[in-house]
Amino acid sequence: MNPKRDHYPEGEALHYSLNRRYRRASIWQTLFFSALVIAILSLAALLYNVIDGAFGYVAFEYKNDPSEFSAKPLDDLSKQELLDILKANLSSGAFTKLENEKPMDTRSKSVLYTLLLERLIQIDTKQTWSMTDSIFRSAKIKAEVAEKYPEAKLEFRSWLTPVFLTTPMSSKAEFAGVRTAILGSLWMVGIAILFALPIGTGAAIYLQEYASKNFLTRIIQTNINNLAGVPSIVYGMLGLAIFVRALEPFTSGSLFGVTDSNGRTILSAGLTMGTLVLPLIIINAQEAIKSVPDSLRQAAFGVGATRWQTVWHHVLPNALPGILTGSILAVSRAIGETAPLIVVGASTFISIDPDGPFSKFTALPIQIYQWTTRAQSEFHSIAAAAIIVLLILLLTLNATAILLRNRVQRKY
Amino acid sequence: MENIQTPEIAIETKNLFIFYGSFAAVSEVNMKIEKQKVTAIIGPSGCGKSTLIRAFNRMNDFVPSSYVTGEILLQGQNLYGRDIDPVEVRRKIGMVFQKPNPFPKSIYENIAWGANINGFKGNMDELVEQSLRGAALWDEVKDKLKKSAYELSGGQQQRLCIARTIAIQPEIILMDEPASALDPISTLRIEELMQELKKNYTIIIVTHNMQQAARVSDYTAMMMLEKDGSRSGTVIEFSETKKIFTNPKDKRTEDYVTGRFG
Amino acid sequence: MKQENTIMENQLFRPLDLKKKIRPGESVIQALLFIAGFLSIFITLAIVYELGKEAWLFFGNPDVTFAKFFGTTEWSPGIGKYGIWPLVTSTLITSTIAIFVSLPLGLAVALFLSEYASPKARSALKPILEILAGIPTVVYGYFALLFMTPLLQSIFGKQTVEVYNMASAGLVMGIMILPLISSMSEDALSAVPRALREGAYAMGATKFETSIQVVLPAALSGIGAALIIGISRAVGETMIVAIAAGSGPNFTFNPFKAAETMTGHIARISGGDLSYNSIDYTSLFAIALMLFLVTLILNLISQGIINKFRQRYE
Ligand SMILES: Nc1ncnc2c1ncn2[C@@H]1O[C@H](COP(=O)(O)OP(=O)(O)O)[C@@H](O)[C@H]1O
Ligand SMILES: [Mg+2]
Repeated sequence: MNPKRDHYPEGEALHYSLNRRYRRASIWQTLFFSALVIAILSLAALLYNVIDGAFGYVAFEYKNDPSEFSAKPLDDLSKQELLDILKANLSSGAFTKLENEKPMDTRSKSVLYTLLLERLIQIDTKQTWSMTDSIFRSAKIKAEVAEKYPEAKLEFRSWLTPVFLTTPMSSKAEFAGVRTAILGSLWMVGIAILFALPIGTGAAIYLQEYASKNFLTRIIQTNINNLAGVPSIVYGMLGLAIFVRALEPFTSGSLFGVTDSNGRTILSAGLTMGTLVLPLIIINAQEAIKSVPDSLRQAAFGVGATRWQTVWHHVLPNALPGILTGSILAVSRAIGETAPLIVVGASTFISIDPDGPFSKFTALPIQIYQWTTRAQSEFHSIAAAAIIVLLILLLTLNATAILLRNRVQRKY
Repeated sequence: MENIQTPEIAIETKNLFIFYGSFAAVSEVNMKIEKQKVTAIIGPSGCGKSTLIRAFNRMNDFVPSSYVTGEILLQGQNLYGRDIDPVEVRRKIGMVFQKPNPFPKSIYENIAWGANINGFKGNMDELVEQSLRGAALWDEVKDKLKKSAYELSGGQQQRLCIARTIAIQPEIILMDEPASALDPISTLRIEELMQELKKNYTIIIVTHNMQQAARVSDYTAMMMLEKDGSRSGTVIEFSETKKIFTNPKDKRTEDYVTGRFG
Repeated sequence: MKQENTIMENQLFRPLDLKKKIRPGESVIQALLFIAGFLSIFITLAIVYELGKEAWLFFGNPDVTFAKFFGTTEWSPGIGKYGIWPLVTSTLITSTIAIFVSLPLGLAVALFLSEYASPKARSALKPILEILAGIPTVVYGYFALLFMTPLLQSIFGKQTVEVYNMASAGLVMGIMILPLISSMSEDALSAVPRALREGAYAMGATKFETSIQVVLPAALSGIGAALIIGISRAVGETMIVAIAAGSGPNFTFNPFKAAETMTGHIARISGGDLSYNSIDYTSLFAIALMLFLVTLILNLISQGIINKFRQRYE
């Protein structure tokens, strides 16, 4: 064969055609990059949207004039003065009830102030505005409020406050908090991990250290991978059928003498969530165990250790950081999951702290769901505040997981 | 443009150093490689043969830490000059790799692809047939051109890679141990092929197989690690193959080709 | 000296027994570990059994006929309407929108990260995607209802776009699935051997030609697996659609209208007061069983593809 180089562009023509190819490539590269920009912008929009909702103007009216209770402006009242006002104006029954929940003089000034607003003055929220609107359309909002609600006060407020974290549910958005929800989430996650971590780690040890590579093992492995992809709401249905319904005597606590509940308890929710994160924990624990070098096992076997001694004294301690990282990831999955909790029957409204596994419960994402689907904008504002709480919680968990992971990576 | 090179020189290196980060993997190489000849690069493993041959078509560009000092001249142009487009360099200097790496496409497309992207204007069927014949593969695959290239044997795949390289009609073909992953019969066919190919192309081949170098090449470059303990490789002797194998100037070359080298 | 001798003698004459001994502790532990490993199988069986049992009750109801189930388009089991289509179509519409968003974007992001971004840029950009992947879906629901819907309304008009609509749920679901598709695709792309890229470069191909015409086709099956997992995620996703897509079955193909999906329906009905032996209760399990089977099949296919893909390059 004689090379016939004349069929290919040469010299100038080659430069020209190459330039065309480069131009096309750079157009596409720009497109690829814009996809990434879109992803980043979406994240930014999401975060912005949440923060935008959690701060802003609120227009409200006092049902009862503050001057009825105090001659001084409310903001200048001391703690003792607040306490006196409450004592003087609340019915003695109501005051005793509050006193029994938590002695009044141990409560902070801001809590008492909130109580004054909630119980005596009574706030009636007319409308809320987003942060952006409040900043850029401030004059217009003021005019609008003056016209529509001549009696109303306009205040720029943060819906995310320390009080928001420490007060229980309330039917009024201004006084609602996420205390009950956070406690519910913690109880639920605690039970889930207590259930899933030992079983998941055991399963991973069995699969990595004991099981021979046979048909059954392959089935188990495939099954675990599949369970990880089952929609969470299906786990909710499983929890409803088994934990809430079939195991009701156990999960409601009636076996243990608890009489006032049905199967829709924290225990049911925790077990359901534990089942949901179990495959996740197994898969992560398997990875952690896999990364323990084989030489370590051989060294242990070499001095006459049994298999369990090898696993317990050498494999597990070395795999522990990895297993913990996996559990933290499982925890953050469980904390954010909503659908299964709806199905197993999270309560829509409770204001007393959960006090054990047989309590009714609500959880942080359930509150977010509830408040988001309300029509009034002040509930959207507290939904946004609750989302910020949830995201900060998740961020902390994930940062811990990353730190742990980095420590492991440095080791080998 | 002035043409100071004699027409027989295909490519030339001047004071070439190749670095990975701060480590000079190859130092001070000066070679003039003649047109339409087979030049072999031999030497113990790790002495920088692959690094050197990959420098000829700027494949080392894909190792982020790597860079080159000195010059490689193709028709008077420095391949590492500022205004040189590496894509054009590779268009002119093709490469066949140690392990056959056909594309996951049909046999036909494996050849047509390179031609297409490079703006080939002639008859594609003809080009495919010519290239496959040129790589001595046509008779074996002419009935299954639409089949996946992965269905071929390793030796056939390697010849397919040669075919796709000659389809874009480069000036020079680089081969980095092209037969080391193949069985002896496939190796023999590749060696025969090289004798055919050198009628039209300049071939540079890396091999660690002394007999192969002796059989196929006209010139041989002997590479070794420098004696100064820097772990840097260099060409210690470069001349006609006959001379390298019968009458080497360097003691180390003699030890190596006679198998006395550790 | 003497003492040492006796020790030596003792050692020499110690009886040597290499026979297998029964170690009760070891066996108990091994049994417990086996049970833990086997529990996952039990969970799957429990899902199939529990969903199947209630679904059986539902389909066993003489009022629920095949013709009604697949032949009518109204779903309200409480009053004898058993047409499943409204829930299925809205599930398909939201999932389709989500895939149309997440597949091209996810693939483009994967190509950019694996082929173009420098290692430094990659390690800076990937956490952003991981954050996106870690945000709870209820937060995406908030975003869909209070950002995407107003945005769509301001573009297409409030008359066209209902407050609850499938489009905004689908779009946001697409953003939610994007990180999944991009990270799986990126894995597939970076699993393509370097030799293949080098082969293409050595033919005078540009980076772009190499990525699109050689690497991408070689990674296609892995990308297919990502797509299938993405579909499975979209079909099973609950909170976004429960919040933003609408709360009532509605047989419509207009994405700007409200319509409840299968998952959204389960969430809404089970969130209310539900008595255990009602047809509402059993119908939810019938829907859940369908969801489970569809996602199971999709996951199995995807896993099969990945296993095959892995073999090819090992
Ligand atoms: N990508 C790389 N990065 C850093 N060092 C490399 C790289 N590739 C090769 N080297 C080093 O360069 C030297 C020469 O390698 P190579 O050219 O592959 O030798 P040969 O092909 O002769 O066996 C070796 O010391 C090797 O470790
Ligand atoms: Mg080499």
